[in-house]
Parts: sequence; structure tokens; C-alpha cells
Amino acid sequence: MAEYLIKNGFVFDPVLGIKGDKADVAIKNGKIVETTALGSPKVIDAAGKTVMAGGVDIHAHVAGPKVNIGRNFRPEDKLFGYKARSGIERMQGGFSVPTTIRTGYNYARMGYTTVMEAAMPPLYARHTHEEMRDTPILDQGAYPVFGNNWFVLEYLKNHEIENAAAYIAWLLRATKGYAVKVVNPGGTEAWGWGLNCENIHDPVPYFDITPAQIVKGLIEANEHLGLPHSMHVHANNLGNPGNYTTTLDTFKLSEGIKPNSKFGRDQVMHHTHVQFHSYGGDSWVNVESKAKEIMDYVNSHENITIDMGQVTLDETTTMTADGPFEHHLTELNHLKWANADVELETGSGVVPYVYSPNIKVCAIQWAIGLELALFAKDPMRIFITTDHPNAGPFIRYPRVIKWLMSTEAREQQFDAFKHKDKVIDATNLAGIDRELNLYEIAQMTRAGPAKALGLAHMYGGLAPGLEADVAVYDFNPNEPYAPDEIETAFLNAEHLFKTGVQVVRDHNIASNGNKRTLWVNAKVDENPQVMRDVREKFLRYYTVTLNNYEVTGHYLPNPYVIEVDATE
Amino acid sequence: METVTLTIKNQPDLFLEADTITPDAFAGKKIEEIADLHVYVGREQHRLGDFFEISGKAGATPEETKIVVNGDLSRVKYIGMKMTAGEVVVNGNADMYVGAWMQGGKITVNGDVDAFAGTGMKGGELIIKGNAGNYLGAAYRGDWRGMQAGTITVTGNAGSDIGTFMNGGEIVIGGDVDVHVATHAEGGRIIIKGNAKSRLGGQMVEGEIYVLGSIDLMMPGFAYREDVDVDVDGIKGRFALYEGDLGERHRKRKGQTIYAKLYQRIEA
Ligand SMILES: [Zn+2]
Repeated sequence: MAEYLIKNGFVFDPVLGIKGDKADVAIKNGKIVETTALGSPKVIDAAGKTVMAGGVDIHAHVAGPKVNIGRNFRPEDKLFGYKARSGIERMQGGFSVPTTIRTGYNYARMGYTTVMEAAMPPLYARHTHEEMRDTPILDQGAYPVFGNNWFVLEYLKNHEIENAAAYIAWLLRATKGYAVKVVNPGGTEAWGWGLNCENIHDPVPYFDITPAQIVKGLIEANEHLGLPHSMHVHANNLGNPGNYTTTLDTFKLSEGIKPNSKFGRDQVMHHTHVQFHSYGGDSWVNVESKAKEIMDYVNSHENITIDMGQVTLDETTTMTADGPFEHHLTELNHLKWANADVELETGSGVVPYVYSPNIKVCAIQWAIGLELALFAKDPMRIFITTDHPNAGPFIRYPRVIKWLMSTEAREQQFDAFKHKDKVIDATNLAGIDRELNLYEIAQMTRAGPAKALGLAHMYGGLAPGLEADVAVYDFNPNEPYAPDEIETAFLNAEHLFKTGVQVVRDHNIASNGNKRTLWVNAKVDENPQVMRDVREKFLRYYTVTLNNYEVTGHYLPNPYVIEVDATE
Repeated sequence: METVTLTIKNQPDLFLEADTITPDAFAGKKIEEIADLHVYVGREQHRLGDFFEISGKAGATPEETKIVVNGDLSRVKYIGMKMTAGEVVVNGNADMYVGAWMQGGKITVNGDVDAFAGTGMKGGELIIKGNAGNYLGAAYRGDWRGMQAGTITVTGNAGSDIGTFMNGGEIVIGGDVDVHVATHAEGGRIIIKGNAKSRLGGQMVEGEIYVLGSIDLMMPGFAYREDVDVDVDGIKGRFALYEGDLGERHRKRKGQTIYAKLYQRIEA
């Protein structure tokens, strides 16, 4: 494999603690190495440019059935946006629900190399893997959803942590999943009865278990197994005024639980797209930011990490396993709605949404997301996301970075709001003058998410031994710049290396890479009861047999298995 | 106003996608540059000049540019797409998407057009002297933003699904229309001088439909209110007023619930 030496760039690396000093980065055999280990490398002149590890996205909806529903029912999302095949680049289309090909290329153009699919319905794991397989360049993994799964509800109702853990281990293996995801715990199952769970003590119909029991039980099962990532939750009551109390109640379920993982993470709960969960007030008329209250809690509790779910003020496509929420949304905006039930496991909904700068609530949502990041004391525990495509398409990450790094950019956006004064009254943002620096951006987009995923031994930094995922941006942090130059630079990486392969050269896609799919193989003691339950449920309820369920072979042409030993 | 004349000399094997035939694309260009504009046949890119004899002169701006297209254009799509100003005259039958997403200026077709003419139209004037196909002045597939403004006038008949998701502007049909008129509409006005079939105003929230001839079957979601005198756009007479679609949500304005209105002429 080719050797590379990336010379004289301004390096930002939280793993090595390099804060913009000039340094060289050496690549050999797919890994970062000491510069002395190189023979005759190809030299990349990075003088006057910014060098970081490849970006790591901890939460995006980029593959699987609900993404494809979005593609199918929104032909208008692709209108005029096609790009014909050229050179090694295959045809690309779509904006908020791009094709798999565009997904891979656009992440690479932004300097990202690892992207986690945030919600995989186990029954449709094969579809999810087929789409990931077709997404070039990126290393990916997918989180199967557990929060409304009948097995989980039954085990945790009786607090059978070992059985829940054995089932999780079996399902991760069967679906080739990466982590334990929870979406509106109990609420999506309740939606099957036309109901919802609006707070953590609202019981699930028939199963008679509360969301609090589900979340706490899944954290315990996750730590019983010692999985690389923590339990990853989208709490109840998303998107409703006054919901921040439900969020704080959910956070508190993690108290007193210590991480048990040899993968180096410190958290036991990752709460996703917290912007959607930080609302005060009791109606859309008086909705206000509670980002301060939320971040006061996060800042003082080290066993929690969060991501933003930043609203980007675009027309986008919302999609979530939170079925009742999507119904609520279509009643609100009267646009088309897709709804799906996934047998014993989960459900989902899809609705287009226009976050307009002329609508007060959208502008308040925009401010709340930024406040979360700007109130953060430890940028290693809060990550940049847009909950793609829910709050906006991932292709806007560079714009989010611009807003976080520049008060001028934020003021420009405030001035573009129709209800500027009302938005300022309902939020804290106008009073915040913090501007994040590139080191903090590297923490929020590289080192932080890699650590929270339990993948700090592979991604997120430039220390020798890590995967050679390296981005070079045409951005000189030591020269004066206009805010828009930040966005332009981070939207168009000059060079990108993925596992030592140059995938972007001179701002162009240069290779389709060697995409890998990460999954977690957790070994547990034999559990005859759980295996009997699995066989019985498939026989009684599932529309498929076990043989048509498991993800194997050609679905993962290039798997990367993370082994966990949870046997006694 | 300067005029560029295009005369088709080679018919495409498949269909020609010619969204470059607009005053916006032609303005300020020499004839050779216009001949070099891109058109597509399937996935293959060609030059406009490969298919058309091109003569005349383009204006400096779209406003000052008129395009005359001659010949059998029944395999040519997207004429006048997204145009903002100027004029296009089509002497012959044209294929789909004539004047789609047009924002201004004027298109006159001395012949028939196929489906999707005036799709997503935002302004300007589209005049069709022959018949129009389906989805005239409708929204693009999947989109909820149909015709916003401007006028479409058809001398002959129109097909089905005209004015789907219409939000504004006016469509006037001289002859008859097929099924589905103003489905999902939230505004705008459709005048049908001939006869209509069925499913007029399904899921229509706001806007107006006038029918001077017969209606085969009224939607059950439309209720008769009263007989009224109408004098709109040269349409005069006594009309029966129906309101609907009662199965849909409806906005309120000043305490009044707003309904879509369907007028059917009783006597001239
Ligand atoms: Zn999500």
C-alpha cells in the first residue's frame, strides 16, 4: 500500500493534544505511523491548511427501509438534483434523502470517514445492510432498535437483565448490529394501540411496563455485556413544548450506573438529538429554550454523552421509529405521511418538513441546538449532528460548524429571521458570545464520538496505530477569514484518506474506497430460555422464519467484527 | 425584440430533452453558441444544433428574446422550461413539460401539447391553441406545490388531473376535461367552458372551479349551497354554487370556514 506524508499542516487532534501546531502525519499500511517509519512516501503539502482525523458521525439515518420510504415518496427531493456518472463517480441524486452513492461521496467531501446508521429495524436488517453495502468509502455500523421489542418488554418487566442481555447478544449477531438503540421507549408499541407514552412513567398498554424500566433495564443489560457503545436513546415526548422535564427524568435513569466496557468510553447513556428534547413552555405559542437546564445536567454528569440534532433551516424529510410523533407532525403540517409497523419490534413514520426562517418555532429550534454545543463544558461529550435528515441534511454540518465558530454568522442568521425579537426572547443564544475553535470542533466531530462509540482504538485521532483516516481542509486558521469560508472549506475537503487510501484528491472523489461494516459479536453463556423464546416467537408471530431473518454472507462483503466476551 | 428561429431537421430516435430552448438560455448568445447548447436523448448528450436548423438573432436579455420553433415537435420535451421572460412560439405539436416551472414571459403553442404542461408554474402566460394532455398546471410528482401563479389558456380540450395541488393562478379550458380537476388544490381558479366528467375538487381545500357545461358526476364531498350570479373573466350567468371538499380540513378566516367553491352554470 502507498505511503503518504502529510507535511506542515496545522493539525488539530484531541487524541494527541495538538491544537493547531504545525505537524506531519505519516500513513503506512492503512494506519497512522511515526514519520520515521516511512520509506519513500508520497508527500502531500499541507502548509497553510487544516489537518484533522476523519470525521465520525454517531447518529444519522442513511440506510434502511424508512430512508428508502423517504426516497420513494419524495421524488421532488431529487428533482433537478441529479449528477450524471463521471469518471469513477457513479450517478448521484437526492438532497435530504440522497442515494447511497451520494451519501458516501458527500460525507467524504466533508472529510467524514465513519457514519453510524442510527435506527435499524431488526426485521429489515438485510435491507439496511444492502444499502450500507452500496454506500461507498465509509466505515459503517447500524444500531438495531430495542425499546419497543416484545422480548425486551417481557424480560425487563420482570427485571431479567441476563435474559435481556442474552437476547441483545443474539440480535446483534443475527442482524450484524453495532449498538443498543432505543426510540420512544414503549411509545411506539403503544402507537400500535393508537396511544403513546408521554413520560417515563406512562405504562405501555398490555405489557404493563414503563419507559423508565425499559431504559434502565437496557442500560444495565448493555453494561452487563460490556458493549463498545452505551445504550443510545431517543427519549419519550420528543418535539413537544415542555418536554425538557421528560429529558431530565430520562437522563437521571443513568445515575449510579458505572460503565463496564474495555473500549474506553465513560458514559452509560448516549442521548441523541437533544435539541428536540429541550423545550420549555406548554404550547407552540410560548415554547422556549431549556438548553441551559439540560446542559447544566449534562455538564455535571460524566456518564452521559449527547448529540445536537441541529435544525439547519432547510426543507427536509423527517423519519423516525417514533411512529406517534410522525403522526403528530403530519397533523401539524398537513404534508404526506408514511407509517409502518414492524411486527414484534418497532414501527416508524416519515413526513416531509420545511424548517422556515419565517416561522418562529423553527428559529427557536435552530437556537436551541446551537446553545447545547455552546453551553458544553466538555466538548468530548457533545457531538455535532443534525439527526440527518430529521433536523436537516448532513451536508449542512459545515454550516453548523460555521455557526458554532462565529458570532458574526449567528447574527447574520438572526437578522434573517422574520420574528427575530421573539426568537431572542425565547432563547439564550443572542447572549452567548462563545466561538468554538477548531480543536473543540475536532472533539465534537472526531475524538468525542469515536470515544463514545468505543472506537477510540480505531478512529477520531492521529496517534500512531489508529486507522489512517485523515482529512486536509483548505483553511488557514491563522489568517483572517469570513464566516462563509469555514463552511466552504469543510464542505470541500482538499484531501481525504480512508484507511490509508486516498479517497478525495484535490477536492475530487479519487476512489470508492474499501468500505467496511462494523458489528459487535458479544459472546454470552448459553441461555436455553432465551433461545426457546426466540424459536417460539418466530413460530407463533413472525411472518418470516429464523432462516429468513439472519443477516449473513453477501450482505456484509467486508465485515469488521468487534469481539466482546461476556461469558461468566 | 430579436427573434431566433429553430426548425427541426432531425427527429430523435427516442425523445429529445430540450430544456435549453428558453429565452434565458439563448439571451446574449451567438447562433453558434445556441447550437452548442446541450440537449439529451436518453442518457446521451447532444447539441441543440444536431437537431435544429437555427437562424436569426438572440436579444441581449431574455426580455428581448423571442424564439420560434417550427416543425413536428411531438418528441421534444421541456420547451420553455423555467423561463423567466421573453417569448416562445411553437408552431406544431409539442411533447411533455412545455412551460414547466415557468416564471414569466409568454409561450404560445399553435398545436397540441402532451402531459405536464405548466407543471409547478410560478408566473407568465401559457397559451395552447390546440388540446392539452394530462396534468396541465399540476404539481410535479410527489410535490405539494403545484401552479402558484400565471395563466394557462387552452383553446381545445384538456386531459385528466389538471390543476393538481394548484395554489394560485388561472387555467381556462375552452373545451372539455377528463377526470380529476384541482385535486388537493389550495387556491387558484379553473374555468371549464365545455363539459367535465367526474371527481372535480377531490380533497380541495380552497380555490374555485367554474363549469359552463355538464358534470357527469359530482363528488359527494361537495354540497349545494345556493344559486348565484357570476361575472368573472367574461363568464356571465346564473350558476349553482357547491362547496367542498367537506371531507377535508378547512382554514378559518375572520371566523368563517373557507371552502373550495364549485360553480356550475344553469343559464347564460
Ligand atoms: Zn435519529
